[in-house]
Amino acid sequence: MTMLSEGRPSQPVSGTQDHYPATLSGSRGLLQREDLIFEIGSNRETGVDLPQPRGRSDRLGGVTRSRPVELPGLSEPQAVRHYVRLSQRNYAIDLGLFPLGSCTMKHNPRLNEKLARLPGFANIHPLQPQSSVQGALQLIDELASWLKTLTGLPAVAMSPKAGAHGELCGMLAIREALKARGELSTRRRVLVPASAHGTNPATAIQCGFVVDEIKADARGRVDMDALREKLRIRDDIAGIMLTNPNTCGLFETDIRTIADLIHEAGGYFYCDGANFNAIVGRVRPGDLGVDAMHINLHKTFSTPHGGGGPGSGPTVLSEALAPFAPVPEVVRDPDGNYRLVENAVDECAQSFGRMTAFHGQMGMFVRALAYMLSHGADGLRQAAEDAVLNANYIQARLKQVMTPAFDGYCMHEALFSDAFMADGIGTIDLAKALIDEGYHPMTMYFPLVVHGAMLIEPTETESKQELDRFCDSVLLVARRAAAGDASLRQAPLLAPLHRLDETQAARKPQLKWSPPAPNAIAAE
Amino acid sequence: MRYLPLTPTDRQDMLRTIGAPSIDAFYTDVPHAAQIEGPIDGLPMHQGEFQVERHFEALAGKNRAAGDGPFFIGAGAYRHHVPASVDMIIQRSEFLTTYTPYQPEIAQGTLQTLFEFQTQVSELTRMDVANASMYDGSTACAEAAVMACRVTKRKKVILSGGVHPHYVAATRLLCEAQGIEVVALPAAIDAELALVDAVDAATACLIGQSPNVFGTITDLSPLSDAAHACKALFVSVFTEAVALGLIKTPGEMGADIAVGEGQSIGNALNFGGPYVGLFACREKLIRQMPGRLCGQTVSATGERGFVLTLSTREQHIRRDKATSNICTNSGLCALGFTAHMSLLGGTGLSRLARLNHEIACDLADEIEAIPGIELLTPRFFNEFAFRTPKPADEVLAALQAHNIIGGVRMARLLPDRTWDNVILTAATECNTKEDVDAFAGILKEVIQ
Repeated sequence: MTMLSEGRPSQPVSGTQDHYPATLSGSRGLLQREDLIFEIGSNRETGVDLPQPRGRSDRLGGVTRSRPVELPGLSEPQAVRHYVRLSQRNYAIDLGLFPLGSCTMKHNPRLNEKLARLPGFANIHPLQPQSSVQGALQLIDELASWLKTLTGLPAVAMSPKAGAHGELCGMLAIREALKARGELSTRRRVLVPASAHGTNPATAIQCGFVVDEIKADARGRVDMDALREKLRIRDDIAGIMLTNPNTCGLFETDIRTIADLIHEAGGYFYCDGANFNAIVGRVRPGDLGVDAMHINLHKTFSTPHGGGGPGSGPTVLSEALAPFAPVPEVVRDPDGNYRLVENAVDECAQSFGRMTAFHGQMGMFVRALAYMLSHGADGLRQAAEDAVLNANYIQARLKQVMTPAFDGYCMHEALFSDAFMADGIGTIDLAKALIDEGYHPMTMYFPLVVHGAMLIEPTETESKQELDRFCDSVLLVARRAAAGDASLRQAPLLAPLHRLDETQAARKPQLKWSPPAPNAIAAE
Repeated sequence: MRYLPLTPTDRQDMLRTIGAPSIDAFYTDVPHAAQIEGPIDGLPMHQGEFQVERHFEALAGKNRAAGDGPFFIGAGAYRHHVPASVDMIIQRSEFLTTYTPYQPEIAQGTLQTLFEFQTQVSELTRMDVANASMYDGSTACAEAAVMACRVTKRKKVILSGGVHPHYVAATRLLCEAQGIEVVALPAAIDAELALVDAVDAATACLIGQSPNVFGTITDLSPLSDAAHACKALFVSVFTEAVALGLIKTPGEMGADIAVGEGQSIGNALNFGGPYVGLFACREKLIRQMPGRLCGQTVSATGERGFVLTLSTREQHIRRDKATSNICTNSGLCALGFTAHMSLLGGTGLSRLARLNHEIACDLADEIEAIPGIELLTPRFFNEFAFRTPKPADEVLAALQAHNIIGGVRMARLLPDRTWDNVILTAATECNTKEDVDAFAGILKEVIQ
């Protein structure tokens, strides 16, 4: 069987039987068949009413497109129906518990959506005169001040576009600080735990560093002996990238010592803030010795994941790294006016530069700040505690059948290994069977340090009733996996589609629609 | 608190099931000195919807929205009308509140729209393949430069003097961190083809832009020829996707990689983000591409379906050997693009592009007729630069006093005295003839 590198099968088992009766329409009850827009619409039509152009093209200098744009234009009813039909093939938080560990799929408040659409935020241009966008700059400054207070760090770069972009920001700040110390050419080594998100090593490489992996100990934390060993040679240490709480859902008990050791070695401490939601309001990363940390606004602060973005990754920085923060930066002048510093001059003379066009993900800033103001200091803390309570409740209930990866309480997510499963049944089978139970699967095969990992993060926005319903289903499926029920390997049977052939997709990539060949049409 | 379903009784019951004495038991791994007692200092307590709404309305009220009067700024972000149904589609819960489609059996909605998006972007740019989107145009440009270095195994990229300065900055930052040499030619209104003389055997890619940051349209085909003669790649950049409905496309100009900003289609101005980066390339380069890709395949029962594919390029599989550290795309913005594009179709986009060009021509006619003003952009789509006898900031402030946002001062993008008197102005289908007349009328008064 074809496997991906993490041991997950990428091809379905052969001989799967469709359990649905065939229908003439291709629809199944409420689930409507829907083709691609290219198979529905006509390239000659448009669904947007626009005036007829007068035919001026005199200032184009003749640099025109030689062929028309061959894309269909659908009428509004066709387009709306098309996308609504497609939407019904998606699982979503609004439909049910979405237990993807490390991804923090919590409820997205609708107030945030409403506010982000106010014309005073949605319909302003990033390069308008600054006097005409004082409210927008104030909003960025307010959000920045919440983030600084919650993390206990003195500065924050607001422009990173997503979590991984925030990682890039933090590592570039470290790079710039090393450059300022005249040590960039010697300090090349970044320590990254084996359990880290893939973005961590990828980011370090993108910044020109070399990655040195540290193993985890039997408790799922950084192995301190291994760390000390790595630090025996210290002149080449640029820093460490550590997720805390880590990707096993555990707080790094030795975090203060780790920070001290790295600092003593002359390096900086980058904290991956993906799991900040477990501790927000209870612990300030600045008190743990962190030099830089990105904050995924779409995880901790409820901005929607949108099927894969847009994210937003403001990055808080310590005193040591603050001078190197990217531009632009919003500053408040003594007269109370807000001002953007857009180039590496004045207050930002030591900035490492600009990461992106304009000023960051304003649309996400509005949503995140609305969430913060709604929750307040008390609500954010309660949210973190409820997230942790929900995860521990799930861990307590599921360990009747499933194997917890580590002993003791977890933080915001519960991690299990596949040790309890019978031979021939894998994590993917349990995951896919959950689809039939009406749930999105948990994160599977991550972190890599646990065999057949299943990482479950319920978040704080689930009621006890929903949690119980979910645990009942997982337990049922887990018992089947423990008993070696081979029918699991056919799951899902009740989803819009059965398992898909990823191997074929990668072997012969078909990445866009092509019109049927003319002879194929003639043959019909 | 309205977003937290657990009741105090639930919490007690759950602690009992777990066998934990209190919530604090879960936090015992946290060093004691770092534990905060009670709500964190310096922040307000929770508030109701109405109170929060009032605060945001007050902030929004301090901003002058593009629709509040004549408005003429472009420079990498464009005001276009987005049909109401587009916003309704992106607010569908099933699109808005779902994750990256890692479980394809229950994510065909997202995956099929990505496949449609990739097809649309390929056709707009006339390139072989497009990915499922990037953060924005500037980061797409930076990733294209780095990709060209991977493909050619060379470490030098050269950008024209017409590439958007923010794109140059983002590209410089990412490249220099990886030891790649970045040569940015001096800012120039009409000198994209100067890259022809700059290319050498060490060059990984030439990066040119059309329409460029001054609005100038150029047939960049000579860049493709010059780059290929040196076994380098040609990267073609655009910041105004609507232009592709009318002007010569990256694919027609022989580009190996096309990158640009897709905000113009389906996305609001949003003060600069979130936007949607477009990234397309030649088929032979796909395995070096950054970002997500959606591909067609079949299910176990033989039905057509879509999956994320070629993920062995990506960080979650390849870690330190990935093509990029990128984890997300700009999913919802890409959906907005696709939905708007599905309504427009090729016919609508072409018409929209023509309307943009016409209103910009009308504006240029009127501005050019004002004594003392010099129109600088020789060929343009919907944006052009002009020089005034007075400093641009004074002129724009005077226009603003009449509630006209007349453009951006070029020196804001290019901090250099050369551009002090230059204004960059864009007109779109959202501008009326009355807007144009008002702008030109006041401008005439202001400079005299």
